[in-house]
Amino acid sequence: MADSKIIRPEEGALVRAWNWLTETQVWTSIFRHTAPINDRNRVLVMLSNVFLHLHPVRLKKHGVRLRYTWCMGGLSFFLFLVLTFTGLLLMFYYRPTLEYAYSDIVGLREHVPLGIMREMHRWGAHAMVITVWLHMFRVFMTGSYKPPREFNWNVGVIMLVLTLLLSFTGYLLPWDQLAIWAITVGSNMARATPFLGYEGPGAQLLTLGGVKLIHAADDARFALLGGTFVGEGALLRFYVLHCVALPLVIGFLMAIHFWRVRKDGGISGPL
Amino acid sequence: MADDQKTPPSGAPKAAPAKPKPPPPPPMNPALAGKTTSAAAAAPKRAAKPKAKVPDDTSPLFSRRGWLGLAWGSFTAATAGCLAASGRFMFPNVLNEPPQQFTAGFPADYGEGVDERWKNQFGVWLVRTPFDDYHEAPGFYVLLVTCTHLGCTPNYLSAEAKFKCPCHGSGFRETGINFEGPAPRPLERVRIVLAEDGQILIDKSRKFQEELGQWMDPEAFLGV
Repeated sequence: MADSKIIRPEEGALVRAWNWLTETQVWTSIFRHTAPINDRNRVLVMLSNVFLHLHPVRLKKHGVRLRYTWCMGGLSFFLFLVLTFTGLLLMFYYRPTLEYAYSDIVGLREHVPLGIMREMHRWGAHAMVITVWLHMFRVFMTGSYKPPREFNWNVGVIMLVLTLLLSFTGYLLPWDQLAIWAITVGSNMARATPFLGYEGPGAQLLTLGGVKLIHAADDARFALLGGTFVGEGALLRFYVLHCVALPLVIGFLMAIHFWRVRKDGGISGPL
Repeated sequence: MADDQKTPPSGAPKAAPAKPKPPPPPPMNPALAGKTTSAAAAAPKRAAKPKAKVPDDTSPLFSRRGWLGLAWGSFTAATAGCLAASGRFMFPNVLNEPPQQFTAGFPADYGEGVDERWKNQFGVWLVRTPFDDYHEAPGFYVLLVTCTHLGCTPNYLSAEAKFKCPCHGSGFRETGINFEGPAPRPLERVRIVLAEDGQILIDKSRKFQEELGQWMDPEAFLGV
């Protein structure tokens, strides 16, 4: 093809191969639109792709102003993903029983390649608590909790509590002295729950024919620990809460949270 | 091919996907002037480089495209590294499994016949025979308790002097030879030698299969 000038690019071998590829049924079933080279296609691509639709079609210019948002919400979500992934890997080695829990944690450092996996989970958890607090602080200081975002503020507060509960339940799992006594102290607070804790205000009123309805073996603390002290029941209960129940709830709330961010006008910015 | 496309008419369709480098831009579309889309920014930069420099793009190291390539390349490499590390994580360095090698006491501790004392812990039968056909001598051999059909554990029936698999009825003689049921080949024997202190040393990491002629191996049998 030295002298003959080919004007139409679709006659090149690569272009022909590309054209053939992009017309196959497999290709067209995956990529429903042509390349996002104009506004219409950009919108269509974003809207019809389950991964891309998580991101808005258009961003306001202030949406990338780090000094305003601090990116703390995004970092919290990122850390949640990191924790989910590393936590999933840890579950392959950790057994929540009195016999194995501590030695499995030690094994996760000593016997397993990349003993850093557990450290990533631990440090990531600390970091997530920090970023969630800073996210809340930023939202408060910029007044982003005001209508129409007040609903999302409340969802966020619930997720803050869930983040702390995830941190709390995960703290017991290494089953060392630090963990056991920290959970002992922490869960003793549940004794003082109004009406539902056996040392809480109002619990004395709940009696039936002189029999106390709320006592040490059926109050809020017992429900949390699955026993009257931090033992095997508490370990299993915290494990299930930590690995399944709380992540499910917080994941569900996160979907709502991100959805409402979009519906309430996108990432909040300077007025 | 790139040479051929140097002079398309300005209205020609762009073959963007097959061609990483966009063709040198036709005269700028005045409608795009001042816009900061990547296309609009990249195109005039190359054309107008000698004259006026865009202040954003004056990196002495890389062009904007170069930086983007570096960023995506690093990101891809880091992701691939993390995935590889996660895959490696699934293969621990320490196993909590019974050892493959163990000493089983002195030869004098055993009478003739099939001994089942190591079956539960180590998964072997230690057999003392007055005459082994393969080595033509009295001595010991060790049979794995794994049925050669589908891997169940047979039972030793002393009254019938055979190993009988409860799963599909395979039967083996005390020598390990299969004679009934679906098992396609004899039970496997493993390495048996005398340790330095005179005890029997059984090593399950080395297996001997009859149908491969491996039972003739001197370490498949311990003469007494």
